[in-house]
Amino acid sequence: MATKKYVCKVCGYVHEGKEAPAVCPLCKAGASEFDVVKEGKEGKKKGLNTNSDVYAIVYSVVLVVIVAFLLAFTNTVLKPKQDANVKLDKKKQILSSLNIDVDELANPESEYLKVFADNDKPETLREYLIDENGAIVAYNGGFALPNDSIGVPDKNKVKKYPLYLANIGGEKKYVIPVVGNGLWGAIWGYIALNDDCNTIFGVYFSHASETPGLGAEIAGEKFQKRFTEKVTKVFDDNGNVGITVEKGVKAEPVFHIDAISGATITCNGVNDMLKRKLAPYSEYLRKEREANVKQAN
Amino acid sequence: MGLFSKKNTEAFKTPLLKENPVTVQVLGICSALAVTNKLEPAIVMGLSVTVIIAMANVIISLIRNTIPNRIRIIVQLVVVAALVTLVSEILKAFVYDVSVQLSVYIGLIITNCILMGRLEAFAMQNKPWPSFLDGIGSGLGYAMILIVVAIFRELLGSGTLLGMQVVPDFLYAAGYKNNGLMLMAPAAFFIIACIIWFQRSKDKNLQEK
Repeated sequence: MATKKYVCKVCGYVHEGKEAPAVCPLCKAGASEFDVVKEGKEGKKKGLNTNSDVYAIVYSVVLVVIVAFLLAFTNTVLKPKQDANVKLDKKKQILSSLNIDVDELANPESEYLKVFADNDKPETLREYLIDENGAIVAYNGGFALPNDSIGVPDKNKVKKYPLYLANIGGEKKYVIPVVGNGLWGAIWGYIALNDDCNTIFGVYFSHASETPGLGAEIAGEKFQKRFTEKVTKVFDDNGNVGITVEKGVKAEPVFHIDAISGATITCNGVNDMLKRKLAPYSEYLRKEREANVKQAN
Repeated sequence: MGLFSKKNTEAFKTPLLKENPVTVQVLGICSALAVTNKLEPAIVMGLSVTVIIAMANVIISLIRNTIPNRIRIIVQLVVVAALVTLVSEILKAFVYDVSVQLSVYIGLIITNCILMGRLEAFAMQNKPWPSFLDGIGSGLGYAMILIVVAIFRELLGSGTLLGMQVVPDFLYAAGYKNNGLMLMAPAAFFIIACIIWFQRSKDKNLQEK
């Protein structure tokens, strides 16, 4: 068959001949606008009917199996690297709460090891797990406890709370993780306390999806400075959480943190998070305070 | 047909300006609003979309003759979703900070209308190489608009560019304030609208008679 079919891409005119016409008789388009039509394309191509049900079903099954295999493979290969990234990020967040500029650090990992090293027991880090009665449940494992398991009774019905004991320039600092809800999603942070177990040394907050420029500012330096630029206490004399994030001054100045205008719900979330998540540490920190005072005397 | 024949360069150049996906086809607006309040995520988003459109275009173009017509949209979606998931996994493993910032938007790429639009309108009818060029062109056209919008929003909204302070301190001291509205989604609408207005006033072909 010497003749081929040419179809004009502009108007759809079909021409039969050895080559495309110089000019389309219908729309005057040039020869370059013609495409060759392959014979037998419709339904007869190599005996495969791409419009049949069986073909469609087989096609989709094969496609999905290939894709599933590919994704499972990548996930398995990259998982260890991703987990390492998540852990490193958590360590950076904890270091940030201790007023350490992690972006300046060449190696945040080794800084973390240095800050949380246990001088009595080499090779271990002071990542404690405590309970609400102020007893230490475990001397390590605080870091490995996922955020959503904090304060959730385990199979022995023990509620565990992680507490990191840092050593900054010879002084003890206590880092407490907090998690809560903002306006759109999760918010979390780390609160570092001085060795009087009450005044705030530093804070770190972050969020999943708060409004940029408003609620998202809780992750900003300006908001976090409000916790440290004046003496801020967490617990009142009865051991209750006194610290309050609010607009206008209602709490005592020593407990008051100014909220961000326009980010009421996020700031209420921060307030609620601090109240609920710091309370279980009250008893442990009270004992620690007494021990620290005794030691100092 | 040469690799850079006139037709092929057309495939690359048309979506850059004349058929820009954002300002002319008005596709991908949702992500153009979401990621443009800072310059850095805008650049990363623009590049990720470019890479993904180009790859998806090539893959769809390669298998275009085997795709059963009735399930072609599903096939396109599966290819895009698989690519996006792959890219997201790779970002998480190698540039974690960027992936944290983009986590929400990476998912948005799957539903980015530009992708489905180019796959359906171009890759289904054309050979892999022109499809690749078309993908790169569309992606860059999208990235370009994103970057322009982000420059305005970051500069006026936070006084910074790529996180570095640009507006000098003495201006703030003299009473200059960052415009909080620029950080909200509506600002992106205003800026995109201004870009469309500008482009239409320049290009006679885009003006309605």
